[in-house]
Amino acid sequence: MSEAKIGAYICKGCGLGDRLDTSQLVTIAEREGKAAIAREHDFLCSEAGVQMIRDDIANEGVNRVVIAACSRRAKTDAFDFDGVCINRTNLREGVIWVRPDTDEDRETTQEMAADYVRMGCAEIKHMNPPTPNEKTDASSRILVVGGGISGMTAALEAARAGYPVTLVEKSGQLGGVAAELVKRVPERAPYADPEDTGVAALAAEIEANELIEVCLNSTLARTSGAPGCFSADIATESGTTRTENFGAIIQASGFKPYDASQLPELGYGKTPDVVDQMGLEALVRAAGDGPVKRPSDGKEVERVLFVQCAGQRSQKEGHLPYCSGHCCLTSIKQAMYFKDRNRDIDTEILYTDLRTPGAPGEDFYRSGQQKGITFVKGVVEDVASSGNGAKVKYKDIILDETIERDVDLVVLATGMVPNSGVDIEAVSAPNVEGAEDDAGDNGGDSVEIPVESILNLTYRQGKDIPQLKYGFTDSHFICFPYESRRTGIYATGPVRRPMDMMSAIEDATGAALKAIQAVENAKLGRAAHPRSGDLSFPSFRKEGCTQCKRCTVECPFGAIDEDEQRYPQFNESRCRRCGTCMGACPVRVISFENYSVDTVGQQIKNVDIPDEFDEKPRILVLACENDAYPALDMAAQSGQQYSQWARVIPVRCLGSVNTIWVTDALNSGYDGVVLMGCQKGENYQCHFVKGSEMAHYRMSKIDDTLSQLNLEKERVATYEVAITDIERAPGLINEMAETIDKIGMSPFKF
Amino acid sequence: MSEVIATNQTILVVGGGIAGMTAALEAAECGKQVILVEKNPSVGGRVGQLYKYFPKLCHPKCGLEINLRRMKANRNLRLLTMTEVTAVTGEAGNYQVSLRTQPRYVTENCTACGECARAVEAEFDNEHNFGLGKRKGAYLPYSLAYPMRYVLDPRIIGTDDATRAKEACKYDAIDLDMQPQETQITVGAIIWATGWRPYDAARIQPYGYDRFANVITSVEFERMADPHGPTGGKLLRPSDGKEAKNVAFIQCAGSRDRNHLKHCSRICCMATLKQTTYLRDKYGDDFKASVYYIDIRAIDRIDDFYQKVRADENVSFIKSKVASITEDRETGNPVLNGVDTEGYHRYSNPHDLVVLAIGMEPSVPAGEFPVDVVLNEEGFVQQDEANGAFFAAGCSSDALDVNRAVQNATASALRAIQVVNRVAGTEV
Repeated sequence: MSEAKIGAYICKGCGLGDRLDTSQLVTIAEREGKAAIAREHDFLCSEAGVQMIRDDIANEGVNRVVIAACSRRAKTDAFDFDGVCINRTNLREGVIWVRPDTDEDRETTQEMAADYVRMGCAEIKHMNPPTPNEKTDASSRILVVGGGISGMTAALEAARAGYPVTLVEKSGQLGGVAAELVKRVPERAPYADPEDTGVAALAAEIEANELIEVCLNSTLARTSGAPGCFSADIATESGTTRTENFGAIIQASGFKPYDASQLPELGYGKTPDVVDQMGLEALVRAAGDGPVKRPSDGKEVERVLFVQCAGQRSQKEGHLPYCSGHCCLTSIKQAMYFKDRNRDIDTEILYTDLRTPGAPGEDFYRSGQQKGITFVKGVVEDVASSGNGAKVKYKDIILDETIERDVDLVVLATGMVPNSGVDIEAVSAPNVEGAEDDAGDNGGDSVEIPVESILNLTYRQGKDIPQLKYGFTDSHFICFPYESRRTGIYATGPVRRPMDMMSAIEDATGAALKAIQAVENAKLGRAAHPRSGDLSFPSFRKEGCTQCKRCTVECPFGAIDEDEQRYPQFNESRCRRCGTCMGACPVRVISFENYSVDTVGQQIKNVDIPDEFDEKPRILVLACENDAYPALDMAAQSGQQYSQWARVIPVRCLGSVNTIWVTDALNSGYDGVVLMGCQKGENYQCHFVKGSEMAHYRMSKIDDTLSQLNLEKERVATYEVAITDIERAPGLINEMAETIDKIGMSPFKF
Repeated sequence: MSEVIATNQTILVVGGGIAGMTAALEAAECGKQVILVEKNPSVGGRVGQLYKYFPKLCHPKCGLEINLRRMKANRNLRLLTMTEVTAVTGEAGNYQVSLRTQPRYVTENCTACGECARAVEAEFDNEHNFGLGKRKGAYLPYSLAYPMRYVLDPRIIGTDDATRAKEACKYDAIDLDMQPQETQITVGAIIWATGWRPYDAARIQPYGYDRFANVITSVEFERMADPHGPTGGKLLRPSDGKEAKNVAFIQCAGSRDRNHLKHCSRICCMATLKQTTYLRDKYGDDFKASVYYIDIRAIDRIDDFYQKVRADENVSFIKSKVASITEDRETGNPVLNGVDTEGYHRYSNPHDLVVLAIGMEPSVPAGEFPVDVVLNEEGFVQQDEANGAFFAAGCSSDALDVNRAVQNATASALRAIQVVNRVAGTEV
């Protein structure tokens, strides 16, 4: 890398020229910011303005560009230069739009702008353009774990895009639960009749596809590595093991049907004539084209009752608290097994909310009604049996009376239990505080694990993908449903969320895309979501590292392992570039090329701190660049104002905030520090899942530092801020200004 | 507009809502060339009009901002706004597509400084807020609008306002002579993500949406709840501007109904449950929400959100398809008439405000597609080999919530990639 040469460009457009003394800003960029070139322009984002910058890059060797104009969120098309570092010093949304245009404010507005120019130059001085770390030897092969509908679909769809696939299935055949079904809920209009499951056709297509290798009776004994270079030991039942490399992994480990023997209150176990949905599939299969017979005595079934939400949507101990999504449609399909054989068979579906969504669902429901299936809104009170058939007592909610029925067969619509392997966070909750003390103990490995792992990852944070809720491995399940917390490993199908076959097929196709994307990103050394395309990656200075393991414990994505000497091992393509490791490091040895303790620390340091008697406080605001920072931008856009004492620095994630920034700021005379991250906890909105939580945890310890410095604890405030907090975010800054007004200026001004 | 370069290895995505953005980004991030066309001046679609998402009650703008960042950072993706597809010919791997771009009258010079909006006097119904409230004739569609560039309403062209806007712009960004532009491109695959629109509530005659001021739709209620919406977040009765505290929600308004939409629109139950939390947020214990429903479809893992709302003593659930709404002339209160099927009780219940949980119908009606495509009876695009490399994403394929729309869009992106990879003969 050639020596840094800073070009600073001050825009005079959008009122900047009227409100600010831009020539003074040029001087500051030159003298204090050490810019080799500093220029003003009337309209920097115009073709002429952009060309001026391009020329300086081409002819003057400028490789660090400071654009002092509008927010980094605006005019991104115009200010897009290759091979240089870019800083967007925000004078428009960050200064003139949030300050009143009055004579008395002119001085402080100018000071704000001047500080931001100093900060911009300071940041860029410590930035290097990230070099793409291309991996030409990255594997393109995709590993699919699980050979049910989801896994088979994922394998085939990836192969159709030209990617080789290895499909590992624990059992001796493909098809999973779907292979045990007689028919499936229809996927094609007019959605009137059960359809062939398609399992055989899918399996045949997989076998015929040259790009797909199928390993039956196989499991993963060990999985290590990172996107582009996963290494998996595939162990067969017969005891042989082979190791293969993969670019990405799709986990389609599916579900287990809920154990109906936990439902004696619904008659399961009292008579063989109470079955679950899978039990009914077996009965119908056994019947072939003939009549379905009840298991107890082989009598032809004339009356069958389906009980929806059996052991589901229930807070009772041992029950599933959620809805499994498919069971209403499945029961309609199963009632049709009877109706399509003989219209006179009495089929009754007992439900509380019938859930048949969309066009396919509603059409199928309607078809069921037309075929004469009876739907009753009701709740079972008792199921009794003297051996053959069952006497069911239920409350009909519509008629408001209790009804007793003798039926030949009761079918319990029980739910799906995800097959998600080890709940690594339950096995070994990340122990932030004790991270330094548990030397020798390698995470969850020493704890006895009752559940079989699916992936057997060698990752420091545990063997499987972290779970979100009820054992499902979901993550940002609304906006970014595929993003697990293990880069390059995508969960799909009912292991991710309860779903029917139609959804599982869609889901698996999407997961195949994400796996392909992970492979392509790894080849180019680019980050995956949400900093897609980011080429920077963390490195650490080994000499300074104390092997404390905080970074390996706190990484929300389990990207960092430890080597034999317990130094961190950064797995670049597993890294999402949030910087939580950098924030965690007590000795500050972790950095990215373009984002480091220095790039932020030097900005903090280069703010001009007027002396105590000037009564011009300084408030450092560290704001999450995804939510809080845009909120401040939009506040500016809508005419909100905030304190002239604030100096806002966007951070990749609040998790990347190293407490040194806060203590340094306080030591050097800042009067207050405001941290703005995203919502943490169960309904977290942090794009890096745990970043904000980690930051809040770290900042909860800052009081000690403050008391050591003899400073009031009100001087540091940490908030959860949403992108829509357009009034609140500026309000929080103003609150800090008022607090300082009350408690007085910091005594640390030199 | 600079030249649009596309080849038969390019993927065209039509519609810039959450599904279209997702499909476009996912494909572009796999290294594919993508053109995304959006007929409105900015992307974001319906999601940009939502105050909160169920069940997390988080803000859609948060995920939207991430997607915009992805878009800004990706050079494989070309966005064309105010653009519609007018014709498609050809076949999988080689489609010729005609695009028509309406004039924005504002060029890329725009800095979004807002001077034009200040200069213009004319105001129009704000479509972002479903006509609640006004916006200027020169406007930024909403706070997160991308491209972050103003647009002139064609209705001010030729008026003094247009001249005023032009004169106010210091950056020569206003071009009043801009004309509609026709472009022909070749692409390999098409992802159709034109989404949904709210069913026309006025057609549900017994509910009197066109007659009673205090009968509104769920999408209007959503805009009202937004602190940055037309009422500043206040839940007001349109008739007299009083706060609505006793609110009825009518489920399946237009959905699951042979006279209207046959299908279940899937999102409306969760949307209503979410909207009852807006009432609690605004009024604490001082509100009443009554949900008139057939089935509460809080499907799969998020059923726990229903359990939570159900536990709220101020929210009651009445299993009933409301027969009719009348109006109490004196108070302006809508009165709901029908039978509570649980025990068969007749009711005649007055409320401050009625929110129709309005159904979703495909934005593009059958017969208006630019190419022959297999639809189901409800008008959603089917996955069918006869469609070649024309793939639906999001609510063009079925009534979907955001999570499923994203899931489906990601799958569609792969289907399109399969086609362009075949065209390219890519060996991985």
